[in-house]
Amino acid sequence: MKTAFKEIENGKPTEREAIPHLPFTDFRREALSMVRGGGRVVHFFGYEEADAVKLMAVLRDDDRLLAAGCDAPEAYDALTRECEPFHMFEREIAEQFGIRPEGHPWLKMVRYHPNYRSAPDVFGNDYGEDIPGRYDYYAVDGQEIHEVAVGPVHAGVIEPGHFRFNCIGERVLHLEIHLGYQHRSVEPLLTGNDYRRWPIIVEGIAGDTAIGHGLCMAQAVEGLTGLEVDAGARISRTIALEFERIANHVGDLGALSGDVAFLPPANYCGRMRGDFLNMSLWMCGNRFGKGLVRPGGVRFPMTDEDRKVLTGRIDELQPQVAHVIGLLFGTSSVRARFDGCGAVSRSDAGHLGLVGPAGRACGLPYDARRVFPTENYRRLSIPENAEPTGDVYARAKIRGDEVLQSIDLIRSMLRNPVETAIIEEWPKDFAPGAVVATVNEAWRGEVSHCLITDDAGKVVRYKIKDPSFHNWNGLAMSLRDTGISDFPLNNKSYNLSYCGFDL
Amino acid sequence: MIKPILFWLLAMLTAPFFSAVILKVKAFFGGKKGPPILINYYTLFKLFQKGSVYSHSTTFIFKMGPMISLGAAVTALLFLPIAGQPPMFSWHGDVILVLYLLGLGRFFTIAAAMDTASPFEGMGAAREAYFPIICEATLFLTLILFFMLSGELRLSAYFFGGEPLHLWRAAGAPLFFVVIALFIVLLTENTRVPVDDPATHLELTMIHEVMVLDHSGPDLGMIELGSYIKLFFYSTIVTRLIWPYDMGNAFVDGALFAAAMLAVYGVVGITESVMARYRMDKVPKFVLTSFALVFFATIITLEFMK
Repeated sequence: MKTAFKEIENGKPTEREAIPHLPFTDFRREALSMVRGGGRVVHFFGYEEADAVKLMAVLRDDDRLLAAGCDAPEAYDALTRECEPFHMFEREIAEQFGIRPEGHPWLKMVRYHPNYRSAPDVFGNDYGEDIPGRYDYYAVDGQEIHEVAVGPVHAGVIEPGHFRFNCIGERVLHLEIHLGYQHRSVEPLLTGNDYRRWPIIVEGIAGDTAIGHGLCMAQAVEGLTGLEVDAGARISRTIALEFERIANHVGDLGALSGDVAFLPPANYCGRMRGDFLNMSLWMCGNRFGKGLVRPGGVRFPMTDEDRKVLTGRIDELQPQVAHVIGLLFGTSSVRARFDGCGAVSRSDAGHLGLVGPAGRACGLPYDARRVFPTENYRRLSIPENAEPTGDVYARAKIRGDEVLQSIDLIRSMLRNPVETAIIEEWPKDFAPGAVVATVNEAWRGEVSHCLITDDAGKVVRYKIKDPSFHNWNGLAMSLRDTGISDFPLNNKSYNLSYCGFDL
Repeated sequence: MIKPILFWLLAMLTAPFFSAVILKVKAFFGGKKGPPILINYYTLFKLFQKGSVYSHSTTFIFKMGPMISLGAAVTALLFLPIAGQPPMFSWHGDVILVLYLLGLGRFFTIAAAMDTASPFEGMGAAREAYFPIICEATLFLTLILFFMLSGELRLSAYFFGGEPLHLWRAAGAPLFFVVIALFIVLLTENTRVPVDDPATHLELTMIHEVMVLDHSGPDLGMIELGSYIKLFFYSTIVTRLIWPYDMGNAFVDGALFAAAMLAVYGVVGITESVMARYRMDKVPKFVLTSFALVFFATIITLEFMK
């Protein structure tokens, strides 16, 4: 497709001059035509420079990342009106910079904080009140309608979020999800701090995606400083990302089983999740892989001894994992619960921009490991996963398949003894006037960081996108016309991040 | 008169123990050790030592709920021939009283749940009110069958001593259907898997558990004790049908009865371990199966008895 957008490479810096800075009307037209033609939004954000707000969009089509920017008008015709995938991004820009997308169909705050440049608030909020939930929820009228409010304090030990169900009897007509309770201002925190602190901060964006976010940050810094990562470190990082994927998927399959009161897989998966976390522990001393990935490589080398231990553990676990996944999907009463529950159509998934297992469950096979390979993924063959049904079964099946595939990937990488150098020095200066976007497939889907530096090499904008930013609306869509008692099951099948969304 | 009182007390004393057997069976299937077998006594002891917390928005109905549901369960037990021993009270038509005593307990549990005005508890109350209605149809059809077989309308006429054996002799194989149907009723009335999940922490999927979320301390203890006794009540009925013999010695009968009870509780545990619970809108179909089974049993028996 011909476009005014400039192709950029994943993890490689591009000079800002090379990225087209279009007049807003051209920018809008080009972005819309890209996304209407099958492209997807990876990033669309504002940044402030010399007292002016500018916009930057990073889109992707089948195999390219494309970027372009423009000056932000104070108000503009919302792109969402014509093209839904921009929906969350436009709300975020309105919240962060007070730029109003006119005619936006659902102009609601994203996280509840004052905008960065003290412009008049688009939502008319008084942020002296520290309650994100003070907001007129979407309501359905009628004698037989009842509303159920869940959260932000939850029954399980999970994060805070408010869910408002409009039901008729047991059937949910509409679910509105309100987040923002965990907003920590991560993006300004990063630009305001020395980059040597970044690893600690990004590993805390979403604790269960420490490797995913850590990798995005490390690759961005490596790109901007021209740092080379040796082959051994690449393999270690890839293994760590796959361990993260396996541990989370296995844990969630167990939780799904527990939600339908089928106990054996629930118990065994809980134990096996621990076994996989302990392999991350073996690699770097932290069960979630924190402290492993650093710009330039890894902090812990992989020795032959480590390879032997990990291979031994995997050899022992693989048949158990395969057996339990088989038991889960082979039990008819479990299938009766999973099949057809909370289905999202492929076209809805496209409009919402679902990514990761949630997207693949709706027949969108996009997997960043295959399309934009980083680290060691270029040398691996990642199978294409896609299920047509978009229901709880599809989401669980994708995850079950990925667990088994990831075990094979790790095993093949462990067979390959490569020396790893430990990184000791911090990289020096960042390339001035550059843009870098990094994309990785973490266990929830596409994680992406985008950095912009000014002429002095200082980072003026650090933009983070967790896959949950795309997928929360998928959960809301799943609940349409679904029994309210199936909400926990659907919620677990997505298992989205609250803190990753709230930033 | 001493023996019925003794068995009545014994039933209430051992009911929490039997319920813990289910937990042990489930733990076995899950590859875990499970809680200690006396866990329910510890829980009751803990709860009765605590104080209660009441919401400002609740009324005296909320406080009555637990008392009446426990009282109803305990009273119902007075009419039940436990281990084939004569019950404390027995008269013509006591079955109907017993069924509605249990219904009364449920009514007040539901009323107490509605009293909190919590949307969760309202949903639970709606579900709790719906499913047992279907159970009631099954129970009354069973009653009709038993009345035709024995000509009496008393619990002791069905379950005392060797009476269950007479039922088997009169009805024969169709009584298997009744056993299965009553087992389904047992699972439904006592909110077990596949109808409800007593172990879940997810309010939106709960039926019974969500209704008692606001109760605390001794109130919760009464509800727990009441639910153990109710489960004991239904299990006794099923047990007497699968172990219909009378040995003539109260001690031997008691021991054999306890063994058969363990088997029934064990089957409940196994059921909970090997299957997932049904989707909420499929539950009525499952419960209706029990009605269909008894219906066929009645038709077949009628035909044979002509």
